[in-house]
Amino acid sequence: MNYFPDEVLEHIFDFVGSHKDRNSVSQVCKLWYRIESYSRQKVFVGNCYAIGPERVAERFSGLKSITLKGKPHFADFNLVPPDWGGFVYPWIEAFARSRVGLEELRLKRMVVSDESLELLSRSFPNFKSLVLVSCEGFTTDGLAAVAAYCRQLKELDLQENDVEDHRGHWLSCFPESSTSLVSLNFACLKGDINLPALERLVARSPNLKSLRLSRAVPLDVLQRILIRAPQLLDLGVGSYLHDPDSENYNKLVTAIQKCKSVRSLSGFLDVAPHCLSAFHIICPNLTSLNLSYAPGIYDNELIKLLRHCHKLQRLWILDCIGDKGLEVVASTCKDLEELRVFPSDPYVGQAAVTEEGLVAISRGCQKLNSILYFCQQMTNAALITVAKNCPNFVRFRLCILDPTKPDAVTQQPLDEGFGAIVQACKDLKRLSLSGLLTDQVFLYIGMYAEQLEMLSIAFAGDSDKGMQYVLKGCKKLRKLEIRDSPFGNAALLMDVAKYETMRSLWMSSCEVTLGGCKALAKRMPGLNVEIINENDQMEFVGGCDDDRQKVEKMYLYRTLAGQRRDAPEFVWTL
Amino acid sequence: MEGGVAYENGLNFKATELTLGLPGSGETEGQGGVRNNNKRPMPTPETNEEESQAHKAADRGSRAQIVGWPPIRSYRKNSLQAKNSEGEASGMYVKVSMDGAPYLRKIDLKVYRDYPELLKALEAMFKFAAGVYSEREGYKGSEYVPTYEDKDGDWMLVGDVPWDMFMSSCKRLRIMKGSEARGLGCGV
Repeated sequence: MNYFPDEVLEHIFDFVGSHKDRNSVSQVCKLWYRIESYSRQKVFVGNCYAIGPERVAERFSGLKSITLKGKPHFADFNLVPPDWGGFVYPWIEAFARSRVGLEELRLKRMVVSDESLELLSRSFPNFKSLVLVSCEGFTTDGLAAVAAYCRQLKELDLQENDVEDHRGHWLSCFPESSTSLVSLNFACLKGDINLPALERLVARSPNLKSLRLSRAVPLDVLQRILIRAPQLLDLGVGSYLHDPDSENYNKLVTAIQKCKSVRSLSGFLDVAPHCLSAFHIICPNLTSLNLSYAPGIYDNELIKLLRHCHKLQRLWILDCIGDKGLEVVASTCKDLEELRVFPSDPYVGQAAVTEEGLVAISRGCQKLNSILYFCQQMTNAALITVAKNCPNFVRFRLCILDPTKPDAVTQQPLDEGFGAIVQACKDLKRLSLSGLLTDQVFLYIGMYAEQLEMLSIAFAGDSDKGMQYVLKGCKKLRKLEIRDSPFGNAALLMDVAKYETMRSLWMSSCEVTLGGCKALAKRMPGLNVEIINENDQMEFVGGCDDDRQKVEKMYLYRTLAGQRRDAPEFVWTL
Repeated sequence: MEGGVAYENGLNFKATELTLGLPGSGETEGQGGVRNNNKRPMPTPETNEEESQAHKAADRGSRAQIVGWPPIRSYRKNSLQAKNSEGEASGMYVKVSMDGAPYLRKIDLKVYRDYPELLKALEAMFKFAAGVYSEREGYKGSEYVPTYEDKDGDWMLVGDVPWDMFMSSCKRLRIMKGSEARGLGCGV
């Protein structure tokens, strides 16, 4: 290969898509490293503190697209205090300075200020695509800047962000000459929307394929939009409140009938319980359905709808579907690959689905490879059956609402059930556990889960052995997050070198002490070991007593960038 | 529910207090203890509407003790919470009056899946029996007839329209008694 001119190698590397493969390619030799680096256009940085933006810009001179992830995963569940970090501004600023030809920015769990959005919109003339997932820190003013100055914008996709809404003028900031939009998702916005501006925008965007509306968009506007954009592939309905006998509703039925291309349906953020029948006509074409934000749809309507969805591959739903509803899914959706069942009333802690629904699904949906299931209870027998029926799981996340609940029938721990899952599912990459669990389940995980990359543990295990089994056995482990489990220093310090093969480790409400964390930090300078000391929990009176204090929250990650300089007061890097 | 714990305004401050000890250690009676001694009993099915609401409220309190559980994104939790309280505000709670009773009650229609469940709850709340419903004859075999006022202000017999339609059009309930009731119940 060394005798080929560089252009040939470059051309060959074009076919290497995934960033993992490209990372491997770049490690073959210096020549390949060089060529791969300047030809890589899409860069993925799983932890924004693992490397500095200047270094990224320097190595990947052809960079066009970057994906950045900020806060640890448990930040989604309020375990990380606000102001922890994950700011995107330094990245945008550094890229602007280095004249990176940025076209796409994808962020997850990061803090995005209006200033960063403004800087972004003014610094990159070819900017095309902004995807923000679970981010915060910006307002609709920042969106206005993106709309106004990103002349080539194709995609603006806001998923589950916390956006301060200064009302709807941002939509009117898209210039009249802007006709390039392909994808627009503003479902997470809470405020009013400039509806005429929205209609005009849709009318002048012939390439619009994906549109997800917020709650502020009423039915009559939806109907007019659908008439204008029958080419849509992906539709998120905003508000769906109507009188089934009204003229508006009849017009809607006509409009929906014309949308023969819709493959993905979501939204129904405000919904009247009946008359989803208008959508039955497009259900047979759907491959993706997300009704997890529509608690207003009762199980009868839901089931009626689902009976038409024979081609569904992805279903996100609320547990009010019930076990009976899941049986309908199992008999109808034979192509189902991904299922997520969310609790409709997380505060009361009562889920309407049990192990029976899961078993029914496993029997009917042989192609299932990804599941997130919030349920009232589980049994080992059910999990063993599921493992036998569906050995193809890549992602398996089970959440029993009572986190230490045993097998509902035998009152035993759920070790055997999860053991069956990891043994049968040879490709399992992601696993989340819940229920009553002892060290035994971790023995199984260490033994069988050879491809496991991410493991989430809560209220599980008896001793350090549990965590040790995992660290010893799971060679491909990248992310480990643990809360409220009795793992301490012996487990933490068992194999410190392993943490450099992983992206990160989170431990909260465990048994690790300050002394243990300090020892780890000392032995592994290539890691940032951060302690989150909220409310001045930890006290320092001097002397070695300090080290015996338990650490409430610890987050460690490998990094080439050294200690971060933007850490707030309550975060100490050891 | 966890016993022996003082609640202030329904919040158990002691349990959510951050300490360095093991959860549940150094405290009495499993306060905030979330590992070995955490036996959270399932609320027993209540026939009395009021009590099950109280259980739900207490459940809410005890669930709130575990920060970040269940593991749902705050965005999702907030939007569901908004939906639940919106639901309460927009009239899912309806007044129920019974002829001869000194005061009215209120029930949350969302809690019931269908007519039988609603009627059972009403019967338990007001201590009466509604009789057997048929489309032709209304409620046979009882002095009491459940009726509701719909969006147009008319008094309708409970049970005639599909449950969903009833849910969205019912403004208040009235359990009629006596001759007035019989007139309505006889399929006029």
